Amino acid sequence: MKTERGQAIPVLIVCLVLVVVWYLACIPMNAVLTSAKIEAAGGGLAATLRESWNHPRPVIPAPHQVLVEVWNTVFMIAPWKVKSLLYHCWVTLSSTLVGFTMGTLLGVGLAILIVHSRLLSKALMPWIIASQTIPILAIAPMIIVVLGAMGFTGLLPKALISTYLCFFPVTIGMVKGLMSPDVIHRDLMRTYNASAAETLWKLRLPASVPYLFTSLKIAIAIALTGAIVGELPTGAIAGIGARLLVGSYNGLTMMIWSALVAGSVMAATLVWLVGYAERKTLARMGVRS
Amino acid sequence: MAAAVIEAKDLSLTFQTADSPVYALSKVNLTVADGDFVSFIGPSGCGKTTLLRVIADLEQATSGSLTVNGLTPHAARLARAYGYVFQAPGLFPWRTVEKNVALPLEIMGIEGAAERVKRNLDLVNLGGFEKKFPWQLSGGMQQRVSIARALAFDPKLLLMDEPFGALDEIVRDKLNQQLLDLWARTLKTVVFVTHSIPEAVFLSTKIVVMSPRPGRIIDVIETNLPRDRTLDFREAPEFLKLAHRVREGLKAGHSYED
Repeated sequence: MKTERGQAIPVLIVCLVLVVVWYLACIPMNAVLTSAKIEAAGGGLAATLRESWNHPRPVIPAPHQVLVEVWNTVFMIAPWKVKSLLYHCWVTLSSTLVGFTMGTLLGVGLAILIVHSRLLSKALMPWIIASQTIPILAIAPMIIVVLGAMGFTGLLPKALISTYLCFFPVTIGMVKGLMSPDVIHRDLMRTYNASAAETLWKLRLPASVPYLFTSLKIAIAIALTGAIVGELPTGAIAGIGARLLVGSYNGLTMMIWSALVAGSVMAATLVWLVGYAERKTLARMGVRS
Repeated sequence: MAAAVIEAKDLSLTFQTADSPVYALSKVNLTVADGDFVSFIGPSGCGKTTLLRVIADLEQATSGSLTVNGLTPHAARLARAYGYVFQAPGLFPWRTVEKNVALPLEIMGIEGAAERVKRNLDLVNLGGFEKKFPWQLSGGMQQRVSIARALAFDPKLLLMDEPFGALDEIVRDKLNQQLLDLWARTLKTVVFVTHSIPEAVFLSTKIVVMSPRPGRIIDVIETNLPRDRTLDFREAPEFLKLAHRVREGLKAGHSYED
């Protein structure tokens, strides 16, 4: 509790500084739209601030404008309507979670194969690493288009992009975790004549749990990124990515910023949830708290 | 004469390293009878741990023959002929004490785990600690849990690799006494690696003095001590005589040089 409070204050201070900088930045950045009005109102500080921070279609909206937009699109519209931000959050979240689940399973599966076979390790590792050197923005549209041509639309192609992004940290983390038991532990299992499956189940997997959670925290955040990226080339039908795209097509900066806020809140919540699961799991496994 | 539990004939093991071969074991001949308490003593690099690991089939000899219960070490391992206690406790930190002791029983599919766990924890005086996690125990207690784990499936043979090497002398004395009691009660055959002369003399029916480069046996001392000795016995003239002989053996093997 004490440490949490100790951490909260510096974070809050940085947050406050950012908000102040944001408000100040609104003045010059919106000047293109507001300078004429400010002059018409006779100039002065009060007029400058009023015009800069309350323009209906600003270049950069002030923080309170974004919050109002978020409030209006979250609480003032039924969540199943297309105009609701929650609706778009759910679209992105669902494909994030599907992609995250598939990516985690794929990542753990690959790690188990790699740890048990030198041949597979040699054959797969370069490909796994190479897979991450391809810029996802470049291949995402191809995946969407190719899968679309094959009849897969909607959630699955987006989830596959998330899968593609998030299996990698899971594989790398799990290979390390599955290899982490001491020589003594492995020798011990040998003296019991334990099978590879028993060693995996009773030794390697439990030992890898802390590594798994570290990877999962990275994986869930990039799974969300993958889902948003996957929404961009679909013609902007639904999801956080679609809101970003529609907003930028139509110069609706408040739509863009509220989508950004929604995406950030989702990412933070998801990472926090994984962290919570980690603490609960490790506590159950007797890790000294 | 009891049947030989371990029989080594001209056993050699050479590790091939990048620059030159290391002769870890050279022409080792040894017989361990049923119910013996045999200690391997010598300086580091004399092959005492390697010899134990060859018996356990964790290393393979390059030449010579070795039988464990009349089987090859490999077959003996598959038959789960021995319990092995390592230098470190090697408990699984995510398992409670009782689950750690139950580990071999789970893997071997042995029935009556609860009763066996309780019996063996009582044997090492750790009744009441079943639900603790390893980090909640002292180093000496952790090593006792690992002994209980090695005994859980009732192997006739207990292989111990410097089990008390990392503990302070006071704890070590106490555990030596407990181990001796345990051995007297269970009638196990114990092979025990150590680099402590008093420990070897106090515990053993047979002391195997080893020397490095190449790893070989210098002397085998039969102690013929009463089974029910206590720590006070270490002041007795017989004890000092035996300790002296071990020291002379180590000296003859140039163990005190370089």
